Amino acid sequence: MTDVPATPSLIAQTAAPAPHVRGYWGNVWNRLKYDHVTLFFLVLIIAVILSAVFAPWLAPFDPNKSSMAARLKPVMFKSFYLGTDEQGRDILSRLIWGGRTSLVMGISPVFLATVIGGFFGVFAGYAGGKLNTAIMRTMDVFFAFPSVLLAVAISGSLGSGLVNQMITLTIVLIPPICRVAETATSQVRTMDFIDAARASGAGTMSILFRHVLVNVMSPVMVYSSTLVSASILLASGLSFLGLGVSPPTPDWGLMLSTLRQSIYVQPLVCALPGVAILITSIAFNLVSDGLRQAMDVKA
Amino acid sequence: MWLYAARRIVFTIPIGLGVTLICFALIYLAPGDPIQSLLPPDATAKDIAELKHVYGLDKPIPVQYVIWLGRALTGDLGMSIQTNKPVLDEVTRAFANTFTISVISVILAMAMALVLGIVAAFHVGGWADRVATAVAVLGISVPTFWLAVVLVILFAVELGWLPATGMGSQGSNGFSWFVWEQAKFAILPIVSMTLTPLGILMRTTRSSLAEILSQDFIQTLRAKGLSETAVVKHAIRNALPQIMAMFGLQLGYLVGGSILIETIFTWPGTGFLLSKAILTRDIPLLQGTILVLAMAFVAINLIVDLLQTLVDPRIKRA
Repeated sequence: MTDVPATPSLIAQTAAPAPHVRGYWGNVWNRLKYDHVTLFFLVLIIAVILSAVFAPWLAPFDPNKSSMAARLKPVMFKSFYLGTDEQGRDILSRLIWGGRTSLVMGISPVFLATVIGGFFGVFAGYAGGKLNTAIMRTMDVFFAFPSVLLAVAISGSLGSGLVNQMITLTIVLIPPICRVAETATSQVRTMDFIDAARASGAGTMSILFRHVLVNVMSPVMVYSSTLVSASILLASGLSFLGLGVSPPTPDWGLMLSTLRQSIYVQPLVCALPGVAILITSIAFNLVSDGLRQAMDVKA
Repeated sequence: MWLYAARRIVFTIPIGLGVTLICFALIYLAPGDPIQSLLPPDATAKDIAELKHVYGLDKPIPVQYVIWLGRALTGDLGMSIQTNKPVLDEVTRAFANTFTISVISVILAMAMALVLGIVAAFHVGGWADRVATAVAVLGISVPTFWLAVVLVILFAVELGWLPATGMGSQGSNGFSWFVWEQAKFAILPIVSMTLTPLGILMRTTRSSLAEILSQDFIQTLRAKGLSETAVVKHAIRNALPQIMAMFGLQLGYLVGGSILIETIFTWPGTGFLLSKAILTRDIPLLQGTILVLAMAFVAINLIVDLLQTLVDPRIKRA
């Protein structure tokens, strides 16, 4: 009976295989893969965005073409799948085109506010001391207003219109993002690797971009994604009050406002724009929640 | 404790001043001259200059701010351009209307949120938790003005049980909570206002309770033989500061953000006053209303902060 010598080749053949390194985003996707609710609503959001982008080809009718004979028709009336509004325009087409305005109003203020608020927050968090206090106290004054009140106040002063509405929403969204960014930056700033970078001779700008920003970006972006749904709701609320785009541009909030006069005639049709807002808002909320869980960020 | 309270109150003053600054600066955002809307188009330059002098608009802006602030602190918020009545009277009357329905809504929301939140936190992952979370997501995603319209369609148009608009047949003068004929006007506004605070409060309750339940002292309490009800009481006592903070915040949001609901139901509150002021460009009324609402929000937050220290003395925020 002879022992099998443990030759190097045998060991090499029986050694464990090299571990497959997935990286951070690989891990995130792995967690997301099993979250069916988030995936479903993510697909829904992509569908809404695509339908808004391809609105000219997707909408069955011209959203501005009114017809006095076909006013306030119910759902599934001839080829008007979702009925018509008080001027005879097809509701489905107006909803698809309105998605453009509503999505732009939901996403761009959040994007702008993330850039501006993130900049101020990181600046305040990294600078510390008096500069930090000055910036954060200014943000506190804006926090002293409820968001709807602030939005209505600024919007009421600036006037209606798409650009004014975007400015209003951006201003309303900057303070919370700034606060989250400042908190995150203050925490990162105290970490050892920043000191190590400075000791190895890195300049402030280099530290900010390569070390601070990379670590702060994650909680800030996750927080911003939770604000998209609030931004959509605020934007449609402002349009409902007449402070947004002016008619005849299709917009979900504006449609709800003009259709409100006709609830005694066609109640179901009048509730439809709100359903669109509700579904989009729920979708963004659930996806941002799922993203937060998958990225395992405690923001 | 009193020192902390005094310090907290003193810290609120600069924020209050900042709020007044923003309220004052708002009218300068507005395009167009406020004087133009008061005068006929053929007014001469002399008339315009005279009117400017009467309203004090010809002084430099910082001086205008100080004068306005001084008057506001003594209670003189100017005269409404539309109705020529003192702004303070109109705003205080409207504020009472808004505050009552807001308080009732938040208390209702908190009662339901506590029940749902406790059930959800004690059965994390179970079906009760899922239902409660679904309600919460619905609450924070629903556009309240749409919910109000849907409720009007259901209860006023289809069923005809409740009135669609107004505050009673004689308006706010004849309104009484104890007479069904008048009180039924308040039901739909309150129900529409309750869903969003319900969602947010339920989420807060559930997350803070779940965090507390995972701590060691809960295990100790159970190990020493405490009944589950008593454990629940201990857990809630610890979660109370956070829940209270959210309660105050939601009350403030409802009071300040009631404009949409009040426009739909023509409920004569501060929100309705705001929308009227925006439509008619009534600057004194707009400024006065925003000032009062923002100050109310700051005051509510201050009171909730102080109450938090009362409930949990470990909290000390400078």
